Amino acid sequence: MIPPDLVEEVVVNILRTAVTTLPSDVVSELQKAEAEESDEIARTQISTILENVRRAGEIAVPMCQDTGIPLFFVSGGCISEIEDAIKRGVVRATEEVPLRPNVVHPLTRRNAGNNLGIEMPHVNYSPGPRDYVDITVMPKGAGSENMSALRMLVPSEGIRGVKSFVLDTVVSAGSRPCPPTIVGVGIGGSSDIAMTLAKKALLRPLNVRNPHAELQALEEELLAAINQTGIGPMGLGGKTTSLGVRIDMAHCHTASLPVAVNLQCWAARKASARIFLDGRVTYSTEGFW
Amino acid sequence: MRIKTPLSEEVVRSLKVGDVVHLDGVVYTGRDEVHMRALDMCDKGEKLPVDLNGAAIYHCGPIMRKKDDSWVLVAAGPTTSARMNSLEPRFIEGFGIRAVIGKGGMSQPTIDAMSKFGCVYLAITGGAAVLAAMGVTKVLGVEWLDLGMPEALWILEAGNLGPLIVGIDAHGDSLFKKVEEEVSRNLPFARRRLGIG
Ligand code: SF4
Repeated sequence: MIPPDLVEEVVVNILRTAVTTLPSDVVSELQKAEAEESDEIARTQISTILENVRRAGEIAVPMCQDTGIPLFFVSGGCISEIEDAIKRGVVRATEEVPLRPNVVHPLTRRNAGNNLGIEMPHVNYSPGPRDYVDITVMPKGAGSENMSALRMLVPSEGIRGVKSFVLDTVVSAGSRPCPPTIVGVGIGGSSDIAMTLAKKALLRPLNVRNPHAELQALEEELLAAINQTGIGPMGLGGKTTSLGVRIDMAHCHTASLPVAVNLQCWAARKASARIFLDGRVTYSTEGFW
Repeated sequence: MRIKTPLSEEVVRSLKVGDVVHLDGVVYTGRDEVHMRALDMCDKGEKLPVDLNGAAIYHCGPIMRKKDDSWVLVAAGPTTSARMNSLEPRFIEGFGIRAVIGKGGMSQPTIDAMSKFGCVYLAITGGAAVLAAMGVTKVLGVEWLDLGMPEALWILEAGNLGPLIVGIDAHGDSLFKKVEEEVSRNLPFARRRLGIG
């Protein structure tokens, strides 16, 4: 078994890394966008973002004041007893990093001040190899999360319906999710599965191709169309509305075609740790691909 | 261009959409809860703990850290201004604020109130919280901390806060509206590219 204290320590470490360091795939797409933007205001926005990220890294403080809600993805063969350690890690990171206490009761809006609550932190488990556990944290800010959308399409609407829904969602979100964004899309499953797929799709780095050729092509096509809209960085106009589109899918009922969109702001923060049974830990901001 | 609070109507009216400014002077943070409580007090004829005349209000829920007995600002980027759409016109009229700092722009009633009463909307890069915090030299105080750290009314001293882009000016122009129009013009082409035109 992996010692709970080690898990707690690792959770603090990955939360700190996630909120202070932007994964290199995101940074390099932002740099490309900075070079390609011809509009003065658009370029200023991206330079400001890059400068902000650099300073945040230098002085080890959160790059954005919205340090999100603590969403975890855990996979491995021995994952019992991890949840309590994750909770303790979140409480400590809130104090030590620090993180903004964002978690409130959905109705009374009461804030416990430590980012804990019912089902928070939220942990997604999936089975994995027996000899290690992977823990990934994705602190998800509200500006982009609030733009999430689900549509239960009629199967006959098919791929055209999917494209149309994704484009419309990005356009109606406009400046609110802090563009340039990364667009997570989940196709198939059921309503809840599609939403989960859309979020998990965001875990794949921008430089890792989709394993399904048809989805890879769809990602590229959608990205080009989204960047043609001219929403631009911060919605102030320009070429860079999104840095990438990431699509995951699941088989679904013969009578349904769910499609979900989960937008991720430029502050696409995540960090992972792989904890081996012997106590060794390796860290990565891009995850293990 | 550098501007300083309290802002005069003349300075505010001289700004045009697309101008880039840096701000000095006192800035008050205010999100949903501050807007609601202030307007509620205004309705009841009660006096606010701060004087907002000529002030800049910042749509921001900062991360603060208490060091000894004073507050230190850790991160202070903007929140989505649209959430305050229904409250801002009355806020501008009732308290005489001259600048709203935020991200994403605001809707027509706020644009109208800005041109009527002389107020501008300054767009600050969303999420760039560390740079924004570097544009704040001091935390002067806090009111209504019972609303929680992000929602409280923080009183900040700005020093060269920016770059801020004039997103809505006091003449009824909005950069966001212009971009929206541009997006509607581009959308048919984007749809055609996807074969759904
Ligand atoms: S949408 Fe993202 S970048 Fe913008 S304020 Fe929220 S967390 Fe920060």
